[in-house]
Amino acid sequence: MTAPLPRWADLVLIPALNLLLAFLVAGLVVVFIGEDPVEAVRLLLVGSLGSSYGIGFTLYYATTFVFTGLSVAIAYHAGLFNIGSEGQAALGGIGVTLVCLAVPWPYWWLALPFAILGAGAFGAAWAFLPGYLQAKRGSHVVITTIMFNFIASALVVYLLVNVLKAPGMAPETRNFPEGTFLPFMHEILAVFGIRMSRTPMNFTALLALAAAFLTWVLIWRTRLGYEMRAFGHSEPAAVYAGIDPVRITIVAMLISGAMAGMMALNVVMGFQHRLVLDYVGGAGFVGIAVSLMGRSHPFGVVLAAILFGILYQGGAELAFDMPSISRDMIVVIQALVILFTGALENLVRAPVERAFLRRRRKAA
Amino acid sequence: MTFGKSLAVAALTMMTAAGAQAQEAANPAVIFDLGGKFDRSFNQASYDGAERFTKETGIAYESFELQNDAQREQALRRFAERGHNPVITNGFSYGSAMETVSQEFPDTDFVVIDTVVEQPNVRSVVFNEHEGSYLVGVLAAMASKTGKVGFVGGMDIPLIQKFACGYVQGVKATNPDAEVFQAMTGTTGAAWNDPVRGGELAKSQIDRGADVVYHAAGGTGIGVLQAAADAGVYGIGVDSNQNYLHPGHVLTSMLKRVDVATYQAMMDVHNGAFTAGVQVLGLKEDGVGWALDENNKDLITPEMQKAADEARAKIISGEILVHDYSTDGACPVS
Repeated sequence: MTAPLPRWADLVLIPALNLLLAFLVAGLVVVFIGEDPVEAVRLLLVGSLGSSYGIGFTLYYATTFVFTGLSVAIAYHAGLFNIGSEGQAALGGIGVTLVCLAVPWPYWWLALPFAILGAGAFGAAWAFLPGYLQAKRGSHVVITTIMFNFIASALVVYLLVNVLKAPGMAPETRNFPEGTFLPFMHEILAVFGIRMSRTPMNFTALLALAAAFLTWVLIWRTRLGYEMRAFGHSEPAAVYAGIDPVRITIVAMLISGAMAGMMALNVVMGFQHRLVLDYVGGAGFVGIAVSLMGRSHPFGVVLAAILFGILYQGGAELAFDMPSISRDMIVVIQALVILFTGALENLVRAPVERAFLRRRRKAA
Repeated sequence: MTFGKSLAVAALTMMTAAGAQAQEAANPAVIFDLGGKFDRSFNQASYDGAERFTKETGIAYESFELQNDAQREQALRRFAERGHNPVITNGFSYGSAMETVSQEFPDTDFVVIDTVVEQPNVRSVVFNEHEGSYLVGVLAAMASKTGKVGFVGGMDIPLIQKFACGYVQGVKATNPDAEVFQAMTGTTGAAWNDPVRGGELAKSQIDRGADVVYHAAGGTGIGVLQAAADAGVYGIGVDSNQNYLHPGHVLTSMLKRVDVATYQAMMDVHNGAFTAGVQVLGLKEDGVGWALDENNKDLITPEMQKAADEARAKIISGEILVHDYSTDGACPVS
């Protein structure tokens, strides 16, 4: 059986059509509350892409979503639905914080490898138990990772209130030493003589691209990745081929958790320079949407992450300039995008497939 | 002569007032914290203050509701860049963002509520929540027939412990044998907006015998008050006056006058009288207190009112020292 769709249509055309539908419906909602939808879209796009300021914020958010998106995508290839990126990212934040506060680091490039290890190790550790329970006990990973999200947030609150708290009212750690601050993108570009507004976008953006590339290598160019995909397609076949299901499940969850944990580099080490309460702020859950939309392909994940960055940053600008569009409206628009690209994907797929088949028949 | 003089003075006053307004034309902006401006509690109090300013002066204000932490500096900078003055932020998480941005815009007046930022152009407003909570603790202990009262907080953080600790001190000072049940709602941001869980926690305390339940949990408290009303016992509201939510079943509300702080900051800039520095609003300044209106006047007996007034006077005079949890992270009673 040949695939009914060429690859480009599968990867580009269908998501684009879904997106268009989502924006049409979102536009209707904007009309219902009495605002101009064209103006709203213009504000959203100009706010997120119209200036180096907007682009910086968009890509800052996108960097976070690349990590959580890859986290979900990697587990998905092994047939595991990791909903625990949120909690794993929270633990990653603790890992980064401990590394940054433990040593008076003189240079950021010295601190970075250890921070990556810290973020990855803590995120992976948090994913280990759900992976182990799934592999050995058959406790479904969806259930256990959701539970682990709550345990993670309880743990972080406890640590921030009782152990790591800086003096003052807010439950947050003290500031990291200056030597751990990752360079901001506007500082990096200034070296090359390019001017860019101050934004939270930082060096981690480049790490996110590297992570996406390494994920591609892992999934499609290594033996482990092949085993993961085989296992994800059919467990009995993979076992028959001599793949150890326990090992693959646990390893996939460990890598997935490590990837989620590394979002802390962007937010905690790159921007906030201290650990604050609830710093993940739902990015782990956005990662699920990003992975769904990006078809669990690293390239698609990067594109989807940028789209969500646009929605986050453009949405904020929209709320600034159109006061009648509240932040709840922004959530509605984001939800519509997720609904159309994730859940209602087949709505577009079937007609597009028919159109392609007709064309192919005509050509034949 | 006198008439002419007073006329001249009046004219002069008007001119200077007009001059001051031209220089300092208030163009306020308010940033609400993650709870959102209609949380019927902390943020909404600030919203009410801003609305009152607009109603009285006809000057509109702009506002923004945060969606995530990265937007703190972004929103502050955005409003300052657009020439808004003053820029008011609500919530204790604003400290470091305010620290950074206030230095970038030395000519803008900033107000930060619930935390302290020491910059020459920042007014920090903090409240003595423990004093107000002490008073509603006194009222709760007197209204309780079972000698058991409850407290439902949002999250186990110092700010909420400050409410809880003041409340317990008030209860124990009135009835040393009283039992206080305490519960926190959750550990994520959802803890501030989870009325169902708030109701469950209140119900469990009521089942254990509590007949007055005080909440300091933002939107979660709506469920606490509902559960108390359903069970036929008393709830106590917080921040805004919540007596109207269930007339006859909300014993009182611990008022935290965020509305006054917001209104006053806008008015001060409007009148050219803005001052930076730390403002501590306690009982003495009427920054905290308890609500008495037509919805709860039948619930508060003259003895209760007398006891609360006495406690208030003693706290103001320094005779009663209510321990502030946030100073040492511990509470002497539980």
